[in-house]
Amino acid sequence: MVTRIALAGNPNSGKTTMFNKLTGSSQRVGNWPGVTVERKEGKLKGEADTKIVDLPGIYSLSPYSPEEIVSRDFLLNSRPDAVINIVDAANLERNLYLTTQILEIGIPTVIALNMMDVVRKEGVEIDVDKLSKALGCKVVVTTAIKGEGVSELTEAVMSVIGTPAEDRLRYSSDLEKYISEMREAIHGKIPAEAERWYALKLLERDEGAGKDLDTDLMAKAESIVVSMEEGMDNDADSIIAEERYALIGKIVDDSVDKGDRKKKETTSDRIDRIVTDRWLGLPIFAVIMFGIYFIAIETIGSWGTDWLNDYIGETVMPATADWLGNIGVSDWLSGLIVDGIIGGVGAVIGFLPQMLVLFLLLVLLEECGYMARVAFVMDRVFRRFGLSGKSFIPVLVGMGCGVPGVMASRSIEGESERRITAMTVTFIPCSAKLPVIALIAGALFGQSALVAVSIYFLGIVCVLMSGIILKKWRSLSGTPSPFIMELPSYHMPSAVSVIKSTLDRGWAFVKKAGTFILLACALVWFLSTFDWGMNMVDAGESMLADIGRAIKWIFVPLGFGDDWEFTVATITGLLAKENVVGTFGVLFGAEEEGIWAAIGTMITPIAGYAFLMFNMICAPCFAAIGAIRRELGTWKDTGKAVLYQCTLAYVLALIFYQFAYVIAGYGVEPWIVLAVAAGAALIYMLASKDPFKIFRRIGSDA
Amino acid sequence: MMRTLKDLKPSETCKVVKIHGEGRLRRRILEMGITKGCEIEVVKVAPLGDPIELTLRGYDLTIRKADAEYIEVE
Repeated sequence: MVTRIALAGNPNSGKTTMFNKLTGSSQRVGNWPGVTVERKEGKLKGEADTKIVDLPGIYSLSPYSPEEIVSRDFLLNSRPDAVINIVDAANLERNLYLTTQILEIGIPTVIALNMMDVVRKEGVEIDVDKLSKALGCKVVVTTAIKGEGVSELTEAVMSVIGTPAEDRLRYSSDLEKYISEMREAIHGKIPAEAERWYALKLLERDEGAGKDLDTDLMAKAESIVVSMEEGMDNDADSIIAEERYALIGKIVDDSVDKGDRKKKETTSDRIDRIVTDRWLGLPIFAVIMFGIYFIAIETIGSWGTDWLNDYIGETVMPATADWLGNIGVSDWLSGLIVDGIIGGVGAVIGFLPQMLVLFLLLVLLEECGYMARVAFVMDRVFRRFGLSGKSFIPVLVGMGCGVPGVMASRSIEGESERRITAMTVTFIPCSAKLPVIALIAGALFGQSALVAVSIYFLGIVCVLMSGIILKKWRSLSGTPSPFIMELPSYHMPSAVSVIKSTLDRGWAFVKKAGTFILLACALVWFLSTFDWGMNMVDAGESMLADIGRAIKWIFVPLGFGDDWEFTVATITGLLAKENVVGTFGVLFGAEEEGIWAAIGTMITPIAGYAFLMFNMICAPCFAAIGAIRRELGTWKDTGKAVLYQCTLAYVLALIFYQFAYVIAGYGVEPWIVLAVAAGAALIYMLASKDPFKIFRRIGSDA
Repeated sequence: MMRTLKDLKPSETCKVVKIHGEGRLRRRILEMGITKGCEIEVVKVAPLGDPIELTLRGYDLTIRKADAEYIEVE
């Protein structure tokens, strides 16, 4: 039988580094069932048939966040054979809060007292024996980042399997009285090993702990809680938290010699004082963010991506086509492979160099501790729009590519903020949208840089506006999650873990973008290559062109519905946004200048700008839709998200085009009525506290 | 009038008296170690005026002013 060991600990305790050290390269990444919390598993190095399950970083076994729920379900219901609890020695008190709860579950536990190097440097002594005795479990000193103590930890955890941690934590005699009472009440109704844990959770009025108990028993439990509140003159949850921290305080006082640490300012404090200073904080933040944008999007990252794109387009594709021709593959199959699959997937893979540069910079920020400060600095702005300070990171990543941008939303704690961010990140112009912007600016606006600036601005406005609008949907409202965030100490990142994280993210990007887009590419290639009689034809006679002709009327009120080419370009943009340009190239049979000229004669600048607006804000490329699906969990919610994006795009482009049409002196189109109505609806959605009340009233009248 | 954590200026310290509010926010405040009798120093205010940075139990924490109002101090 396989032995299972859970790895638990606070965020920022060095858990990920320890997991890497314990498992080496044998890792599997998946999701916990039903939630978008990453589940990592690996084989314990040096031991046969032993696997380690990395639980998400949590502060407590509460029933609130998805991270807490999966951790606690795993410990209680799947009961691993042992738990390794990583504890940050430099932050002992708060870390032990989780430890007390883990020990009460009654699973064999070993504590890894991590980051001891930091503690020693500060002149603090920890008496490990005393700590171990007080907690009733083995304690191993480790410094995960240097690999110190890892083999001792492995040995210790293998030796405790089968012998649960001693039940040695004792609170005040007052509280112990109620614990005994509660244990008596629930005895036999829940697993005996975890009785003390359940008793404490019930005393705390934990919402999840009583869900398997019958109502009579719950009434009895509640009466014990009420008598405790009266007897101890305090609220139930305060009593338990205070008692836990009081006990921890006692243990820490006994086993830790703080030396002269108290008054000394650490290096981390000094860095923080400057970096998040009241006046310097914003300029420093701006410089760092611009630096990332400049390195990843403007210079090094783009050079790599341009090179790879050229290589795929000019070397790989022709070479493959030649080779396929030589071995006698039929034209249509060769077309499918070269233009459909390599072209489509290549468009995504081409972004890899840029993404790796971007990931590297972000991992550096995360590992050194600045990322938490980004949220600290930006929270005020984003909160006003119903998002969180952490929403800034996905937006920044989204300037490179929407796929990792959507993935980055995962670090946001609040469920509704996370979902809204995942749904709106793709409004930010990504690298693939830049050629489209350049096309419209070149064809209709004399290459004015204002076009790009205005589109970035539009993207940010759409993100913030959607924060306000989407919060009003019941499924996305939820209770606002508290923004109570630890600001971890600054420290030098380790090269190995930075490189590993960067490559992990790069690989996740390739997998996500690559697998999903394959099918989509084949489909669009098929539609644009054949006519309804399955004859290979030019794009202008293909099924896709017919589809474009059939639905182009939709875009008439937006000013670009008279020519089917624009509709077709919008559809192919779903593969990858820069395809919009490529599609015009194919349809007009021209290079850049030729396309500019052709577009210039077909539509007015305002219609061109409306076309650009629609394409920037509407459904993102298929790869990004796939990423959104991962974060939202179901296709149904993803469909709603895409519908929202397309509707918003349509409404904004409609309003812009119709009003600009009047202002430009072309006259008035009847569609202005629609534009006014859409504008009113948009303002209503933004301003009304409960915009759906009116529908509910209609519903109840009927 | 009740004095809360929100009223403190940077580099002032205080002692927690009581946690108000309810539900997840209240639980989270307690879990992070802000319990009765705990000493807290307000380190600084974010560049845009909110949230604030605290030091307690040997580590740094940030909390929005609106949430800090639930923490009664002396």
